[in-house]
Amino acid sequence: MLVEEIMTTNVRTLPPDASIAEALSMLQEHRIRHIPIVDEQKHVIGIVSDRDVRDASPSIFDKRQDSITMQKTIETIMSHPVVTVHPLDFVEDIARIFHDQEFACVPVVKSGRLVGMVTEKDMLYTLIQLTGTHVQSSHIEVKVPHRPGILPEVTEIFGQHNVNIVSLLIYPYKDDPNYKILVFRIQTMNPIPIIQDLRNAGYTLLWPNEQMGPQL
Amino acid sequence: MTCRSAFIYSDTMLKYHFHANHPFNQTRVQLTKELLETSGILNEDDIVTPRQATDDELALFHDRRYIKAVKQASTGSLSDHDAHQYGLNTEDTPIFQHMHEAASSLVGGTLAAVDAVLSGQVDHALNLGGGLHHGLKHKASGFCIYNDGAIAIKYIREHYDYKVLYVDTDAHHGDGVQWAFYEDPNVCTLSIHETGRYLFPGTGDVNERGIKMGHGYSFNIPIDAFTEDGSFIHSYETALRHVIEFFKPDVIVTQNGADAHVYDPLTHLCSTMETFEAIPLLAHKLAHEYCDGRWIATGGGGYDMWRTVPRAWAQIWSVMKTGQVQTGLLPKGWLDTWQDQAEVDLPTTWHDTPNIVPHIPRAPDIIEKNEVTLRHALKYAQTEA
Repeated sequence: MLVEEIMTTNVRTLPPDASIAEALSMLQEHRIRHIPIVDEQKHVIGIVSDRDVRDASPSIFDKRQDSITMQKTIETIMSHPVVTVHPLDFVEDIARIFHDQEFACVPVVKSGRLVGMVTEKDMLYTLIQLTGTHVQSSHIEVKVPHRPGILPEVTEIFGQHNVNIVSLLIYPYKDDPNYKILVFRIQTMNPIPIIQDLRNAGYTLLWPNEQMGPQL
Repeated sequence: MTCRSAFIYSDTMLKYHFHANHPFNQTRVQLTKELLETSGILNEDDIVTPRQATDDELALFHDRRYIKAVKQASTGSLSDHDAHQYGLNTEDTPIFQHMHEAASSLVGGTLAAVDAVLSGQVDHALNLGGGLHHGLKHKASGFCIYNDGAIAIKYIREHYDYKVLYVDTDAHHGDGVQWAFYEDPNVCTLSIHETGRYLFPGTGDVNERGIKMGHGYSFNIPIDAFTEDGSFIHSYETALRHVIEFFKPDVIVTQNGADAHVYDPLTHLCSTMETFEAIPLLAHKLAHEYCDGRWIATGGGGYDMWRTVPRAWAQIWSVMKTGQVQTGLLPKGWLDTWQDQAEVDLPTTWHDTPNIVPHIPRAPDIIEKNEVTLRHALKYAQTEA
């Protein structure tokens, strides 16, 4: 999946000479956590987070509200240079940026101009969709030998039962390179015929379905 | 305590039948009725024969285009494309002849239960043919064609303007009813179910709490796979007491799926009959404390149809009629009639013996996790002291 498919295109920005007070009210009003700072050509020259603004604001215990600080320009506290991504970057790659760089938002830049923003929240929603839990479905995990052709063999069983697969993930099996775990979400309330056929075909089902057999 | 109660039944309920190998089998209702008759606590005077729901009644909740599609499916004239669009002809809800009539008679049963209670004729009414809580506005789902619970609650709202508390103890999340009233502050839904992480339909998380005006009027207690009686009953009783005190309903509608039992093939919960005795006992007590007795109960899921469902459902009626659960031996006459047809050995007592539950290695962890979930869900049901 590409960044352009999950990014927000309606982005609130500020020019570098805006005040910190303006940034604070924009963060609060729109309930956002990051504001890209752009010049007249929409080039991203910095970014401020709610934390940057909070750090610059006077303490709430400070009776003398220091309005001079809040009138300073935003470029004095913005972070730069900014890590940006391209609309054609992969969602997986921004996950790595979020993980490694420990920030939660990146501007999306095309031909040098700002075209969108992607947040950790956008990425997590994509993950929710990948795991299929947004559609009525049941969950089955199967341990399979890691060899070519195994996937069609397993999925054929689902096809025979005329049951839609909502999502499919492949995980490593602990530290054993000879096995993989296939995680299916399937659109049925009655996975038993499929579970039985998987078992008959010699596959190992994982928790919680491995315990269903003996108690029947 | 003896209450006036109505048992909704007609043989037409048995016509809601997908095919011989489908797990949803309404013979359960007949098995329960005969168990009660043989036990001597159900007689002809208790039985109310339901009508079929009208199209206008179905349309209180369902989209008219969907109703039309079900009617077409009923006579075999629905196209494959439309069937797919409306969730029909799937493995879960295959098309069968006269499915519209069969499905709307189950709805008629729940409406008859509502009428019997809200007209003041009886205190409680039971329609074991109902409880089809997965039915969506324009889609069949999870063995359910028409959602009798959602329709009945709309009907109550339309005709009586009562505040309705819906309590769903089926092992699957009561999603269809929840979504039907997700924006409605006059209908509070409480569902206790196995976590959707593994089980159909997948929803029912604690943070599903309703939207707009209905925000704060949906409660979900998703419990872990392999939960046993103690933790299930504690979650149910604590949640129901909190929510009813918070919401103060005028009438209670319960969905009594019996698939949280350890024998149930579709779910991973480990309850025994103890849970299915506790459920109606508290519902009954609180209906009298808060709703002047007004309590409508339906059936629901339950796929261990021989050993589990008849006993579990019979206890609901026993509580409605006598205020108590049945104990001791099951009547011999019932066992003799049905043992030959059952594929399994029928139990001989109303209670289960504890040894039917396998050893659950992580039971303490499961209990703790359920307790955390319960506390989390009930944070939002704090009434001012």
